[in-house]
Amino acid sequence: MHGTLSILPLSVSGLGFSAGGKRLLHGLDFELAAGNRTLIMGPNGAGKSLTLRLCHGLLQPTEGRIDWRGGLPDADKRHAMVFQRPVLLRRTALDNLTHALALAGLPRGEREGRARQALSRFGLDALADRPARVLSGGEQQRLAIARAWARNPQVLFLDEPTSALDPAATKSIETMVAACHAEGMKIVMTTHDLGQARRLADEVLFLHHGRLLEQTPAEEFFHKPRTPEARAFIRGELLW
Amino acid sequence: MNQPNAFSTAIELIVSGNPALGAIVMLSLQVTLSAVLIASLIGLPAGAALALGRFRGRSALIVISNALMGLPPVVAGLVVYLALSRSGPLGFLGLLFTPGAMIVAQTILILPIVISLTRQTVEDLWAEYAEQLRSLGSSRLRAIPTLLWDGRFSLITALLAGFGRASAEVGAVLIVGGNIAGYTRTMTTAIALETSKGDLALALGLGIVLIAITLLLNTGAFVAGRLAQRAAG
Repeated sequence: MHGTLSILPLSVSGLGFSAGGKRLLHGLDFELAAGNRTLIMGPNGAGKSLTLRLCHGLLQPTEGRIDWRGGLPDADKRHAMVFQRPVLLRRTALDNLTHALALAGLPRGEREGRARQALSRFGLDALADRPARVLSGGEQQRLAIARAWARNPQVLFLDEPTSALDPAATKSIETMVAACHAEGMKIVMTTHDLGQARRLADEVLFLHHGRLLEQTPAEEFFHKPRTPEARAFIRGELLW
Repeated sequence: MNQPNAFSTAIELIVSGNPALGAIVMLSLQVTLSAVLIASLIGLPAGAALALGRFRGRSALIVISNALMGLPPVVAGLVVYLALSRSGPLGFLGLLFTPGAMIVAQTILILPIVISLTRQTVEDLWAEYAEQLRSLGSSRLRAIPTLLWDGRFSLITALLAGFGRASAEVGAVLIVGGNIAGYTRTMTTAIALETSKGDLALALGLGIVLIAITLLLNTGAFVAGRLAQRAAG
């Protein structure tokens, strides 16, 4: 449905990252396949957000490789990211979307139509002319997901998108993520919320102290985790 | 002499719409607003580029631009005078002792203020926006217009600071304009001259007008900014 070639699978090998003389990630090896929803889990400081930022290209790895399939030249335009606290510009909701589409290289004449399509896809039409900065936290995050969706990415990275939201807003974000997945987008999301992971995950990457301990199908991860750290984490005993 | 009546005479001059006074006020506004406009056109993009750019000598430029905010107007006037005088490098323009020379001098005075305050504003915004904008595919160059627009409420203050400096200074416009009656006489140079001549009424009248204009402009900008900010969040 996304036309042309898929940028998946994403192959990550020997991925390491150091900052300020500290090694924050140690030799991560994993492959992300098309289609399913991957949840990256782990206690605080495990390296979840860091891994997401490296895959999205916001940071350069200090060791190892991140390869999109076939090394497609414009692969970076085919994945989008939603942050824990979205940054919206001081302009209307609609203008926030057309700005993002301009950055994505969409011709001027097609931007507004696509932006309105994205708003109405998620029932946000009423927000179109509202200044984005005065929207509620939940509305801002929904707008951020609509903005990412409008760019028609093959992969959607989400970094703890609901951790600052109330349960109702969280639910609507989860519904949007499910809708994106249903349209064929690969979902890669970090969360520390076990309930949310149970609801959304097809597979789990479990990180601890900057190391990848498990890449396991969700069913298995929650019922028969392979490592003692994962068992402790699921019981709520592993916080750091 | 007429000191006891200076204030009432000043009010009378203003209320009666004295043409000499009107011409001086108009010229002052014309020169200062032109300088603010030119300094904005150069200073806003330059300040943003200084905030986002990564090049050798950037730190030196930031320090120089900050330091030049304190450039004494008479020194700016002297430099422009030397450049525009008959034997100077720009003497062929024939600008010395014209309103054009006064605009040049005031632009030079305002430019460091606009550049420095813009740089600070845009740098702070970039710290907040960088990840999101880079994620959306924005280069640093492409981020310049985005950040200038998002910083518009803070940047108005930078322009008002520039307006304040230009409208209040005497030294630079006196040196390069020459304080020629009916041609290059501004409110500040007229106040200096009339005071030394002893015509306190005219000097006081001009002083009142100058303060009123500054107050009016700032009030307008403040109210407009607040309303727009409330609407835009």
